[in-house]
Amino acid sequence: MQTTVLILFALITALIIGSATMVVTVRNIIHSALWLITTFFGIGALFLLLEAEFAAVVQVLVYVGAVAVLVLFAIMLTRNVDGQGQALLFRRWWVALPICLLLFGAILVPTFVNQSWNSVLPVATAPGAPSNLAGSLEIGASFMREYLLPFEVVSILLLVALIGAIVIALEERERSRRVLTLAEEFALKSASAQAAPPEAIEASSAESTSEGKSE
Amino acid sequence: MTQAVSLEYVLIVAAALFCIGLFGALARRNLISMLMGIELMLNAVNINLVAFWRYLEPSYVTGQVFVLFIIAVAAAEAAVGLAMVIAVYRSRTTLQADEVDSLKG
Repeated sequence: MQTTVLILFALITALIIGSATMVVTVRNIIHSALWLITTFFGIGALFLLLEAEFAAVVQVLVYVGAVAVLVLFAIMLTRNVDGQGQALLFRRWWVALPICLLLFGAILVPTFVNQSWNSVLPVATAPGAPSNLAGSLEIGASFMREYLLPFEVVSILLLVALIGAIVIALEERERSRRVLTLAEEFALKSASAQAAPPEAIEASSAESTSEGKSE
Repeated sequence: MTQAVSLEYVLIVAAALFCIGLFGALARRNLISMLMGIELMLNAVNINLVAFWRYLEPSYVTGQVFVLFIIAVAAAEAAVGLAMVIAVYRSRTTLQADEVDSLKG
């Protein structure tokens, strides 16, 4: 039983670390987002292994279901996703590398040196007896009792943040916007099919014409 | 789980994930990639909270409740951050962080 848990932990750890490394190193940003989803699933599995079922379910629902889809939408709304012809990292990325390695070392030292975590000894309970683990029931009750105010504050924060996101990302007027939507590009292209086409539209509307022909 | 794997190894996993996310947030040029690095860092914090809850105080709900709060705040952060990325892309047609330099002296 313990060996099984150890092997599962090693596999999940390898999944999390490997896919997180892929997230920060892969050039194509869509692949990067898909590796991010893999990382989220691995973290959910680690939560399950740590017997935090509710946190695991919320992890999959919110991160994989909402945040990852949001990231993918943001990628789809922009262009040049494959990152060809552009540097992947900043010119001074080698400054960031020792910062991260030093931080990793600085976390490891107090974790191991002179530190005895007073872990709770496993209580020998009879099979079928209620465990002393806090589960979904206790979490739900605490949201209605001692964490009622933080719960409401977080819900208001989410509401305000989502309204703010809508306001920030709202379509601006056409004059102040440089990126045309595909429909506008198509309309411009078909309007300029009779007249002489301007060069600025020519380059940007290549994909919209191919879609128009296929339809 | 608590007998098979000791707390230190879970903490190492979280620390490694945090440092990978920090490198992504510091070194990647693409704005969306930087946001993905921040998401990885928040997830590392969540692993730490769940691990401390499970190993040290398994009968209290505080650890898991804070994980849920962090997930909610991370969702709000992702929504606002990606909206700003889209707004930047609309006005500057670029996603590279060092090309958005209007305030550069």
